[in-house]
Amino acid sequence: MNNRIENRIELKAPVSRVWRALTDHREFGEWFRVKLEGPFTPGEIARGRITYPGYEHLKWEVAIKEMIPEKLFSFTWHPYAVDPEIDYSDETPTLVEFRLEETATGTLLVLTESGFDKIPSRRCLEAFRMNEGGWTEQMKNIENHVTQKSSQNCG
Amino acid sequence: MSRKNHHRTAARRPAQAPIFAALGDQTRLSLVTKLSDGQARSITQLADGYKLTRQAITKHLRVLEKAGLVRSIHSGRESLFDFDPKPVKEIKDYLNFVSEQWEQSLQQLKLFVEE
Repeated sequence: MNNRIENRIELKAPVSRVWRALTDHREFGEWFRVKLEGPFTPGEIARGRITYPGYEHLKWEVAIKEMIPEKLFSFTWHPYAVDPEIDYSDETPTLVEFRLEETATGTLLVLTESGFDKIPSRRCLEAFRMNEGGWTEQMKNIENHVTQKSSQNCG
Repeated sequence: MSRKNHHRTAARRPAQAPIFAALGDQTRLSLVTKLSDGQARSITQLADGYKLTRQAITKHLRVLEKAGLVRSIHSGRESLFDFDPKPVKEIKDYLNFVSEQWEQSLQQLKLFVEE
């Protein structure tokens, strides 16, 4: 059974532009909807707060691993750790990797997340709750709202 | 705005589901595949076709049982085993969920860099 996720997306923007959007903490915060306290530095913890409406009370924390310019950006985190009552720190985090490749039209971004074998089954239930709670729904609404020119999503 | 984190001890948490570990073995994976048709089987029936002893098969079945992937049912003097699809479905749904969240985020990124 597969214990990793892979999402690929073609972006019509140069690798350098995508790299900046991923690794400049203000730019990252814009599209990921998180307000970060400071820049990303390998080996350090990046902290912030979710800016997504309805989730502003949530802290966001990742451990930056690697930053190989215009090639690889990676961090570990606790995926969608949204219950403020729960301390997730003793769970094994998953590894998120963004890999960039130059293409004829821009950039191919390959996102992988791995290490789900250590996730407690409790988290699965939580994910269902969130799902029903409408995070996904809301994201879709926003997406519909802002999406005019984007399409071409390679799952 | 500071919320107090409730430090729950690992012991009070539900046990982790070692599903991937349980399935990361050729014999166990094929036992699960065999059982996934929904039919309950005895150890003798399950051991059929393997070059392993009944004890070895039993050991594998216990690992699967511990992970919640199979259940043992007592039928007379014999133990029968059947497949419990729930944990696999939960994990699958969870991975789908996380993947979907990323898809949404990457769409935002796309809008952001292409504008």
